[in-house]
Amino acid sequence: MVTVLPERDREAEARAAALERQLAEVQREIAVHRPRAEKDGAEADVLRALEARAAELREALMQMPIAWNAVALARHPQRPKAQEFLAALIDDFTELHGDRLFRDDPAIAAGVGWCEGRPVVAIAPYKGKDTRENIAHNFGMPYPEGYRKALRVMKLAEKFGYPVLSIVDTPAAFPGDAAEERGQAEAIARNIQEMTRLRTPILVVITGEGGSGGALAIAVGDVVLMLENAIYTVIPPEGCAAILWRDATRAREAAAALRLTAADLAALEIVDEIVPEPRGGAHMDPDRAFATVRDALRRHLTALDAIPIDDLVRRRYDKYRRMGYYEERP
Amino acid sequence: MLNWLRRPKYGSIERRDTPAGLWTKCPKCGALITTKELERNLKVCPKCGFHHRLTAEERLAVTLDENSFEETDAHLISGDPLRFEGYPEKLAEAHEKSGNPDAAIVGFGTIEGYRTAIGALDFPFMGGSMGSVVGEKITRIAERAVEAHLPLVVFSASGGARMQEGALSLMQLAKTSAAIARLHDARLPYLSVMCDPTTGGVTASFAFLGDVILAEPGALIGFAGRRVIEQTIRRKLPDNFQAAEFCLEHGLIDMVVPRPELRATLARLLRFFGAPRVAATPPIATAGPAEATSTAVTATAGSEDV
Ligand SMILES: [Zn+2]
Repeated sequence: MVTVLPERDREAEARAAALERQLAEVQREIAVHRPRAEKDGAEADVLRALEARAAELREALMQMPIAWNAVALARHPQRPKAQEFLAALIDDFTELHGDRLFRDDPAIAAGVGWCEGRPVVAIAPYKGKDTRENIAHNFGMPYPEGYRKALRVMKLAEKFGYPVLSIVDTPAAFPGDAAEERGQAEAIARNIQEMTRLRTPILVVITGEGGSGGALAIAVGDVVLMLENAIYTVIPPEGCAAILWRDATRAREAAAALRLTAADLAALEIVDEIVPEPRGGAHMDPDRAFATVRDALRRHLTALDAIPIDDLVRRRYDKYRRMGYYEERP
Repeated sequence: MLNWLRRPKYGSIERRDTPAGLWTKCPKCGALITTKELERNLKVCPKCGFHHRLTAEERLAVTLDENSFEETDAHLISGDPLRFEGYPEKLAEAHEKSGNPDAAIVGFGTIEGYRTAIGALDFPFMGGSMGSVVGEKITRIAERAVEAHLPLVVFSASGGARMQEGALSLMQLAKTSAAIARLHDARLPYLSVMCDPTTGGVTASFAFLGDVILAEPGALIGFAGRRVIEQTIRRKLPDNFQAAEFCLEHGLIDMVVPRPELRATLARLLRFFGAPRVAATPPIATAGPAEATSTAVTATAGSEDV
């Protein structure tokens, strides 16, 4: 069982909050000076100085060890999407469609391909690169049929003994009436249960947002990797803040309280390995991010090969069996 | 661990310490009913049939045969693994309010003589939320059921995962679901009963993994909260949305069972799935639910004082 996490760095959090306030103030001034700067040379100089100051503050903030930086990076619009990781990691990908029950969920992709020269079955939620794509893929929030499609291909992997590679970046299971009517809870529960006993290796990479049960439904595995700036949480920080303080704008504080960073998750023994990202985040150098993930996957695929399937499934059970923290007082 | 003084008598929900002059207003029909009468009626409104929520102790009391409950794992206590602000205080307050150390009670007992492992979530304890202790207790009782080769019955009443334990709470979904899988592998029956309310992480794990899923009338059952859904789809939802009856209609659960018939229904299922019968108990009549149960309750509720 895990130990209690160390105290948060509240001093750093306070300094970051102070930087935030300064940045907000500079941005207000920029807004005031910008319209004047077009005609007035002196005003243009002031504006340039203010913009330089804002960039400095932003850079300083990025260096602070605060949870919100990970939230911002995990949700960064330029962050490589799960489908881009999939394209970079899987050769000759053949997408398979539909859950055979209701429809094909565009929020989640599933299919077969080759990873490091071996056949694998891959799953990846689909976030769009722009608004139009985002709407088409429902912002990467699956319906029950998405989870059922994922389970269908996992069973296919089991049939042939191929490893499952699940790339996780989803804010949540879709909270809608139709999703509820079709059994969102059952679909998630079923996937989680089947993944705990699937008789083939499962590798999970959390690349962006690991949003609660909607993420766990494709994230139970023998090896769970997490990118340095990815997040994994039981509730979005906004939702947590709304419940705790009835104020969703206090999401930064909630993000800190929830301990949702890769470092926290590794300390809690929920993820097995943190995959480092290029400086400034995966979007600064996507190819390097893909290569780092590929190296880690190769290493783990080889290691999992050596484990007999009965041992593997038993080890997976034991791994999840240990998760939690409680005290026993006679 | 249980607060025995506050504990109701088995086979009944009637508390010895309920004053005679106390009245309860039904939130559905507004009728004023003496609390004594309501307790005698298993906390079902005699006027409109509204099912008041039960605590875990009351739930076990109305379900199990008198004196049959042996609690296990009572000594598990929540820690504060994230050092989450205010969590230890919330735990202390919930303990004070409910008399329980956390939001689940598990153990073994008999229902009309059929021996089973059993668990009940306690909604008054932080909304029945599942943190490490609830997850561990459900997991242990599932594992104990496998060891003892007994069925498992779990009554859920929960708002979901416990936010204050972060991703560790989320992992309880995997832990409990894995343990339930072992029960299935051992070909032992698992009956899941959803009570008001059963939402979030508990639905997305053991509550929806029953061989048979039962629910009480009017119980709220769903994964996402009504408000979140309404904000997402920008529409008002119908009143019965996510009600037990709605879930039955959509094929998500097997049956909606009024509380007075629940004990007999569970016994019937336990018998069908081969639960061992360890003791003969007074027969329960099958006609006229409310009437039948009050007879049964009188028959089983003796002068038990633990
Ligand atoms: Zn009423």
